[in-house]
Amino acid sequence: MPEKFDVIIVGAGPAGSAAANTLAKAGLKVIMFERGEYPGSKNVMGGILYRQQLQEIVPDFLNSAPLERPIVDQRFWMLNEKSAVQAGYKGLEWAEAPYNNFSVFRAKFDQWFAGKAVEQGALLVTETVVTEAIVEDGRVIGVRTDRPDGDVYADIVILADGVNSLIAKKLGFHKELKPTEVALAVMQVINLPTEKIEDRFNLEPNQGATIEIFGEATKGVLGTGFIYTNKESISLGVGTLLSGLMQKKMRPHELLETLKDHPLVRKLIQGGEPKEYLAHLIPEGGYNSMPKLVGHGVMVVGDAAQLVNGIHREGSNLAMASGKLAAETAILAKEVNDFSENMLDSYRVRLLNSFVGQDLKKYREATHTLDHHPEYFKEYIPMLNKAASEMFTIDGVSKWDKQKKILGMVQERGTIKTLREMYRLWKVMK
Amino acid sequence: MEGDEIMADTLKKVNVDDLNYLTRFVSDKESHLVIKDHDVCKTKCPDKVCTVFCPAGVYKWEGDRMFVGFEGCHECGSCRIGCPHDNIEWKYPKGGLGVVFRLA
Repeated sequence: MPEKFDVIIVGAGPAGSAAANTLAKAGLKVIMFERGEYPGSKNVMGGILYRQQLQEIVPDFLNSAPLERPIVDQRFWMLNEKSAVQAGYKGLEWAEAPYNNFSVFRAKFDQWFAGKAVEQGALLVTETVVTEAIVEDGRVIGVRTDRPDGDVYADIVILADGVNSLIAKKLGFHKELKPTEVALAVMQVINLPTEKIEDRFNLEPNQGATIEIFGEATKGVLGTGFIYTNKESISLGVGTLLSGLMQKKMRPHELLETLKDHPLVRKLIQGGEPKEYLAHLIPEGGYNSMPKLVGHGVMVVGDAAQLVNGIHREGSNLAMASGKLAAETAILAKEVNDFSENMLDSYRVRLLNSFVGQDLKKYREATHTLDHHPEYFKEYIPMLNKAASEMFTIDGVSKWDKQKKILGMVQERGTIKTLREMYRLWKVMK
Repeated sequence: MEGDEIMADTLKKVNVDDLNYLTRFVSDKESHLVIKDHDVCKTKCPDKVCTVFCPAGVYKWEGDRMFVGFEGCHECGSCRIGCPHDNIEWKYPKGGLGVVFRLA
């Protein structure tokens, strides 16, 4: 009989390592499989990591986590061809403990986070692909790997294998993802000297800024561009629904080059040296696309469970929260020696009642609605730019007349139609 | 859709190989991406949209069959999801092989 574990975790990303940390700390016998050379080597994120959920798992993370910059300035651009309507919030309370979020490099961060679980006693096995769950009498009892004699057994398997979620698919927990349910994101890491970054983004040392870019960044297709500051580099990327790229026949890397070349972006990265090019999928289906989360002896967490809040660019924090909840459920299950679906279902219930489920529920129709009604990105953003230009251009026309002109743009579109579209937007965001 | 084509044409051209050389790959000898039936690409798929949206330019149509440059694959999964004919057998490369992201 091969060695048996309490819990097998598939995937050493934020969800898997959150689970591994929690389980190992509680003294359970944990093995975590990672298909990459090291944790993080297959993972990509624009780079913003939220503090709260990490601190709940590693309270003293500030002492050792490889963080780039705490973010103090979050900007939003409604981009047009030669202009942008800008909004944002800069708060220096975020420049000091407890902090809100940080830019990070996943290749470094995921190694560190998995290493923390190993310190607690978890076993990490890299360069190993888990090909399927081993099922016996409707119960998941282990996993098959691509190693010789690679079957491993456990009471519980936690699937943290990322957006493609192939193992849960094989178990029948979900169907193949649709092109409307995933965003394809491409990004580049562009090296720039520290002082250039701090000058260009108006930052003190150890402060960072983020810019989320809507509209022209994705040529009106649903998606966003982003610019995040690291210590000595900029992460610049663009993500759009795969269905949008397919429909518009756009190459994602050309969309990215076009954004880099935009007159409002160009100067921020001028003289920078591209260091890495990366592509990855982001689950965007949200609440409505969540798979079956629990079966006998198995729980699904993180991207594999589609836990991403696209509207607020949150994902790794939802992953960590889900990994922790799944681990806590596993600990209880071990205490009473019950690994039934009924027992593990408390993970699903707690997840849905937590901020993770609540936030995904809040925006459950958002992606779908914005995708079906391209006017928000394609027409309202240029209109907003025109209105701002009109209002702020001093040309001898009175402000009343300018307001009339702007109202005229709305009337041209149809006042009732515009009101209906604004109501629809409010409804999916409220 | 004509308008859409024109919009795609406004994008700045870039050779994806010039981007992919920034990325580290440890290639297998065997492809982890397999076209199930080249005839489907030839006869049923006029758009061959995988040759457009793949962020690594893995797919190239060679007149009668689809060339699969799996060595430069980022393993994102888009082709499996986006193939209109479910004609791509997609699995992960063997453990430790494939793309190795070093930074973000």
